[in-house]
Amino acid sequence: MFQHPYLPATPEDVALMLEKIGAASVEELFKPIPGHLRLKGAMDLPPHLSEMELKDLFQGLADRNKSVGRLESYLGAGAYEHFSPTVVRHLIGRSEFYTAYTPYQPEMTQGVLQAIFEYQSCVCALTGMDVSNASLYEGGHALAEACLMARAHTGRNKVVLAAGVHPEYAAVLATYTHNLETEIVQAPLAADGRTDLAALEKLVDDQTAAVVVSNPNFFGCLEEGGAFARIAHGAGALLVASVEPVSLALLKSPGEFGADIACGEGQSLGISLSFGGPWLGFIACKQALVRRMPGRICGLTKDNRGQQGFVLTLQTREQHIRREKANSNICTNQTLLAIAATIYLGAVGPQGLKEVASQSLQKAHYLAGLLKKVPGVGLPYAAASLNEFVVRLPRAASRVLEAMQAKGILAGVALDRFYSGRENDLLVCVTETKKKAQLDRYAAALTEVLA
Amino acid sequence: MSIERLIFEKSAVGRRAVVFPELDVPALPLESLIPAGQRRETPLGLPEVSQQDLVRHYTRLSSRNTGIDTQMVPLGSCTMKYNPKINEDMAARDGFRNLHPYQDDSTVQGALEVLFELEHWLREISGMDAVSLQPTAGAQGELCALLVARAYHDSKGRKPRVVLVPDSSHGTNPASASYCGYTVETVNSLADGTVDLADLKSKINENVACLMMTNPNTVGIFEKDISTVAAWLHEVDAQLYYDGANLNAICAIARPGDMGCDMMHFNVHKTFSTPHGAGGPGAGPIGVKKHLQPFLPVPRVLKTAEGYHLDFKNFPQSIGRIRSFYGNFGILLRALVYLRSFGGDHLADIAKGAVLNANYLQALLAPHFATPYGTPCMHEFVLSLSKQKRDKDCGALDFAKRLADHGYHAPTIYFPLIVPEAMMIEPTETESRETLEAFAAALIAIDEEASKDPEILHAAPVNTPVGRLDEANAARKPVLRWTPGIS
Amino acid sequence: MPAPSDRQYTQSHEWIKIDAPGSATVGLSDFAVKAIKDIVFLELPAKGAKLQALKPFGVIESVKAVFDLFAPASGVVADANTAMQEDFETLSKDPYGKGWLLKLSLSTDPLPPLMDSVAYDKFCAESHH
Repeated sequence: MFQHPYLPATPEDVALMLEKIGAASVEELFKPIPGHLRLKGAMDLPPHLSEMELKDLFQGLADRNKSVGRLESYLGAGAYEHFSPTVVRHLIGRSEFYTAYTPYQPEMTQGVLQAIFEYQSCVCALTGMDVSNASLYEGGHALAEACLMARAHTGRNKVVLAAGVHPEYAAVLATYTHNLETEIVQAPLAADGRTDLAALEKLVDDQTAAVVVSNPNFFGCLEEGGAFARIAHGAGALLVASVEPVSLALLKSPGEFGADIACGEGQSLGISLSFGGPWLGFIACKQALVRRMPGRICGLTKDNRGQQGFVLTLQTREQHIRREKANSNICTNQTLLAIAATIYLGAVGPQGLKEVASQSLQKAHYLAGLLKKVPGVGLPYAAASLNEFVVRLPRAASRVLEAMQAKGILAGVALDRFYSGRENDLLVCVTETKKKAQLDRYAAALTEVLA
Repeated sequence: MSIERLIFEKSAVGRRAVVFPELDVPALPLESLIPAGQRRETPLGLPEVSQQDLVRHYTRLSSRNTGIDTQMVPLGSCTMKYNPKINEDMAARDGFRNLHPYQDDSTVQGALEVLFELEHWLREISGMDAVSLQPTAGAQGELCALLVARAYHDSKGRKPRVVLVPDSSHGTNPASASYCGYTVETVNSLADGTVDLADLKSKINENVACLMMTNPNTVGIFEKDISTVAAWLHEVDAQLYYDGANLNAICAIARPGDMGCDMMHFNVHKTFSTPHGAGGPGAGPIGVKKHLQPFLPVPRVLKTAEGYHLDFKNFPQSIGRIRSFYGNFGILLRALVYLRSFGGDHLADIAKGAVLNANYLQALLAPHFATPYGTPCMHEFVLSLSKQKRDKDCGALDFAKRLADHGYHAPTIYFPLIVPEAMMIEPTETESRETLEAFAAALIAIDEEASKDPEILHAAPVNTPVGRLDEANAARKPVLRWTPGIS
Repeated sequence: MPAPSDRQYTQSHEWIKIDAPGSATVGLSDFAVKAIKDIVFLELPAKGAKLQALKPFGVIESVKAVFDLFAPASGVVADANTAMQEDFETLSKDPYGKGWLLKLSLSTDPLPPLMDSVAYDKFCAESHH
């Protein structure tokens, strides 16, 4: 008989257990399922594999991918290849963390609860906000939940998006609010690559629940957060700031420029790209909004021995208690990734995070400087940027990308993936992982491709 | 005393756990690159620690935590089964872990094949016609499927606005329905734990968009009349939603699609062994019948003669994006590794083991505790400790806390809400007979302790790093982040 | 604690005491505060808010439960005992006295059907089983 390694019951066990149960066979235990509902015949599925075979199979599939480690990647657009210190993977691999359940029994899960508390503290420190939750799914989801918070808080039904909100985040927001009678409008982009503030101001009215700004914006340009705060608050709306956490080492935090809710994608904090997930949605807000916060929150308290300890708190906001009136339907979140981000931030510390941000910035500007000199290539936006920028090519970006890929370089993200009429535009991202020689090689390869 | 100070309290200015290479391009002054008004002016407020201190801190935190690898976690409705190590290893392969979501399809054929294959597996297992792997977790799967149902009704020019949920349902069901703009109506349960069909029938009308059902339901009973229910719903074109929370009981034994369900979600972190991660990440793929397929979220994974690709554009009726990028790929990959290890030939062994274990554990406990729904159960069962509460002043919470002292994570307590002093136990198929016997012995021993001295239970746990925590004070005066001097 | 006889009660456990023609005090019964046990949060309407009889006006929470508070009469909030939002002990110990919640300027509508103290005590005794 085949004994699967994940199943301990031997034929002897089964016999003993059935005797105690008082059943003649395991089949008898499935009697509650009416015969006409039982699966008849075999499914179209391959047979079982041993661990050795699994390794071969999945290594083979992995080998059919070309990772950013094998190609040189300049892809960004919401997903960033930063260096993740070795300790992050080692510590997150502790199975007391990753095989644990949600910490609803706090006495048995103090380790995770404390790590979540430290995560919340880090997010508040970075964003300049008062309260963080224990994580959301990803950046797009965080943006949608932030807007729903603003909607519930203001009792208003309109969301005004700045021009450079990630198009996929905007799409997620549209899906989430589709049946909630919410109007979503987006301001146009000005010639310098930032949101046209005058146009945005005209869209904001007394029905506006939230103004949403992304900083840096999708095109890599820095927006002036304070101006958005003035416009939003002038109309009685909240300001939602979707921000990239590494950039906060250098840039004014949402708290400093007057945002009410900060949200974003935490993947850049030491979390691997993994083809888009699992990542980390973060959200943080001002104290006044704490009861609107979706999802789990960890708080500090004392035990019956007078010792410090941690629990999940303010749970009445959540679906398991308030059901259809809950702030959100979220249950499972991304705790393990929140812990990974916390370990990352502890590893790099404030100096390291600044270094990651500024090296990425310096290297991006170095590459931009080289590309500017390539015949036919332009940098259309004058606004300040960090480590991502738009390059305007003399011909279709998708064709150029193919040619660059043949040279082992993933040269950027073609913007016509998101916007029609931008066939020649390429979004290029540089992080601290790139060396000068690689940047020189990129410029040389592009020169060759365009020649 | 056993306090682990916060990482912030172990910080000293200047320490670091990692350094970066020297910048090898000419540095421009930061002031020239970032306009003055946009530069950060406040300190970052992050901890500064050496590498060893960092490693020791989080290793010590992990030792103040319990998971499947340290003990049995028999949480009902959570399916805390063993998380195979090969899954973790495969997900950590460079060819999977270091893939950017915007790489050209030609460079990610292996990853797309994983997604395509997993969709096939889930279609076969569910009896559904199409699968989307996009949703990040079960609750997002619920929302996603309800959005699909609503788009379907919209496409037919119908406006049903009510979602029915049983009173024993998980809180995400009504919460997801609300997020989809629906009104929620509750259907009663009968004394045997199943849905009250008369009550249900009286609530089905043209305004009902959907009924959300878990089967086996949250008390571990199979809803044998589900096909009849499906037929009633279909008379008014209402959809039957199958909540996959308890799929582990019937996987490869019976299929939601064959029961008449129109849509469902899978919890891969339950049924397909991906780690719970202390609360997440999970993944919540959905499956739908043919009539709902056009409304699934984008992108879809397609296979053509040239290979696999992601299609965004050819689904005009799609509800759009439910999240950015393509689902929790790393988790979905682990699920496929797990499924391949069982294969089509042994997939049913999982449900058989789960149901056998639950029935055995229930048989061991039944002489000592009330089992309000009798036997046999499916993959989980509910005890009611109301007699213990009444006679010994020890309720489900006290038993749960005392179990920690005996080395077990507590089962789910006070859920479902319809059972007083509920203790909901799901051992899963991966626990051995000996472990089940030891767990039952612990629970019975605690019952005896309660008879002798209820204070033992009221004081529990005593063998854990901290004792019972003051949750009321935590909620009254929330302290939700570290500031100097809080602890 | 038996319900005081100088006021009337709702099935959702609020009480109302007519202080003078057109003005009343509103609170939560002793049975209710005992049932909620560990109160952790109380939300009250602001002065000037208009209440409708038997419609929710606020929220009270324990760690793991939420209860809406229902208005025993229609009217305008003349005063709210916001001190109770910080002082759950007084609310729990003296719900008929210092733990009052609202002063109402009653509308001219007749009061909805309410229970007297005898009927309310009987109602509580029955719902206990």
